[in-house]
Amino acid sequence: MLRFIGRRVWDGGLTLAALVTLTFFVMRLAPGGPFSKSRKISPEILANIQKTYHLDEPVWMQFGRYVKGLVTFDLGPSTRFRDYTVGDMISAGLPWSVTIGIWAIIVATLIGVALGVAGAMRRNSAADYVAGIVGVVGVAVPIFVIGPLLQSVFALRLGWVPVGGIGAGWRALVLPILVLALPNVAYISRLTRSSMIETLRENYVRTARAKGVGAARMVRRHVLKGTLLPVIAYLGPATAAIITGSILIETIFALPGIGRHFVDAALNRDYPLVMGITLLYGALLIVLNIATDLIRAWIDPRLRNGR
Amino acid sequence: MAADTVARSTLALQFARFRRNRLAIVSIWLLALIVAACFLGPYAFPFTGEDADFDFIGAPIDFTSPHLFGTDDFGRDLLVRTLEGGRVSLTIGFLGAFVAGVIGVLYGAVAGFAGGRTDSLMMRLVEVLYGFPYVILVILLSLLFGGGNTALFAAIVFTLWLTPAVIVRSQAEGLARREFVEAARAGGMTSTAIVLRHIVPNCASVVIVYGSLLVPEVILSESFLSFLGIGIKEPQASWGNLIQTGTSAMSTDLRLLLLPGALLVAVLLCLNFIADGLRDAFDPNDR
Repeated sequence: MLRFIGRRVWDGGLTLAALVTLTFFVMRLAPGGPFSKSRKISPEILANIQKTYHLDEPVWMQFGRYVKGLVTFDLGPSTRFRDYTVGDMISAGLPWSVTIGIWAIIVATLIGVALGVAGAMRRNSAADYVAGIVGVVGVAVPIFVIGPLLQSVFALRLGWVPVGGIGAGWRALVLPILVLALPNVAYISRLTRSSMIETLRENYVRTARAKGVGAARMVRRHVLKGTLLPVIAYLGPATAAIITGSILIETIFALPGIGRHFVDAALNRDYPLVMGITLLYGALLIVLNIATDLIRAWIDPRLRNGR
Repeated sequence: MAADTVARSTLALQFARFRRNRLAIVSIWLLALIVAACFLGPYAFPFTGEDADFDFIGAPIDFTSPHLFGTDDFGRDLLVRTLEGGRVSLTIGFLGAFVAGVIGVLYGAVAGFAGGRTDSLMMRLVEVLYGFPYVILVILLSLLFGGGNTALFAAIVFTLWLTPAVIVRSQAEGLARREFVEAARAGGMTSTAIVLRHIVPNCASVVIVYGSLLVPEVILSESFLSFLGIGIKEPQASWGNLIQTGTSAMSTDLRLLLLPGALLVAVLLCLNFIADGLRDAFDPNDR
């Protein structure tokens, strides 16, 4: 088990190192600097600005400086928002993104597992059809189509929730969380359904049934554990989906999270901010992937050996 | 009845099974219709999607006027723009899936066939790239390649070849140990020829199934980026940036959002049903 953990952590570190290198060089080699778009400024001032942000040094020295900063959790200043460091921007935006992200995962798991279990227990029932429709809609209707549509119905026409922004407290977050959860509800319910149908065919379930275990107890004690293994394995990809989705959600609903900062930073070529957020996303993804593997190995000992 | 089932190849049988899936077949016809409309439809109009008609600015749906679904704030015909946008989105979708598929299949086939150190080194690279947040990578790469259609295309292909590579490698690994491959090698066939003539064709089933899932993924990625303003930019239309325009106008007029949105959803639905049908027909292990 220890070797297993060691290997996953080592792989994760390798991925993160590659990500640091790649993001740094991509942003440096990409055409257009952070100050090339603004109005004409005299060469002296430009030189000064470049000196302040160390843009005049050779690229490898800038890279060294950046890595050195990373070790001490210093992500450097934002080149767009002059008075803020990348750390400031991230710590201001992260709570919003984490709040909607975690709620979206909770909502998606609860609804998804419930729909999947209902569908598998009573195949071809009404619940199964509802699950099927949600599955299709969630996979085929992109967030940036359903988001604005729900926004126009529930915010503009009915006025139940605000259109966007964070002025109205928790009511402002209802729609973003639901829209962000939808694609994951679809995946989780499909996954739960097919996994549960498979588990119900297992010999140990048949044995339990033969011994006279009641339906409710059987699901709780025997079936659910086997069923949830693929669902837990989906936690890693789900995080990736939530990150992707939150970029859209925060843009559509005008929420001040890091997803929106990321898009703005990419459009404005704010190198340090783009890299800071990329690394944060990368690290989050890597940590959650390792955690997912560990939980799976803990539940199913067969996964500990081999890969 | 027994006579015609005798001499059929596995692939032919699988296609026969696919043809019995009614939802998938309907999806293929609907998709073909949309593709034809996007590629041929704009020629049926005397104007292009970039021509502004100053007599009809922000015109509503009116089937008696020259602009059937009305125009946008610049007087550009919405229907023609949506069809032209579809042309861009669909081209990137199919071409991107094809190129990513070819790269992934070759990479996976070589890795699986070679085995040993080459294999573990090649797959290590794939694993490292897999750990990246996908959308972030696409955004970074499209910035690196300087924006525009080619940059977007390259970025999407660069990130999507990984899945086919992993799938084909695991197939190729098994195939490399089979007798007919050994026979080919004993007969003096070069490794390149073995990979191309024996390994790749034998992976056809998996490639078809997973390749069909790549198309909607590429289309979704393209429209996602265009929606955010990072992909295809005005005045050129794509479903992503049309939906974005529609979103900013939705308080007064949902039409600008609904037409491109509905077409995009229809295409994604069709592609998903087709992929499901292919999987059911080609993958006996599933279900």
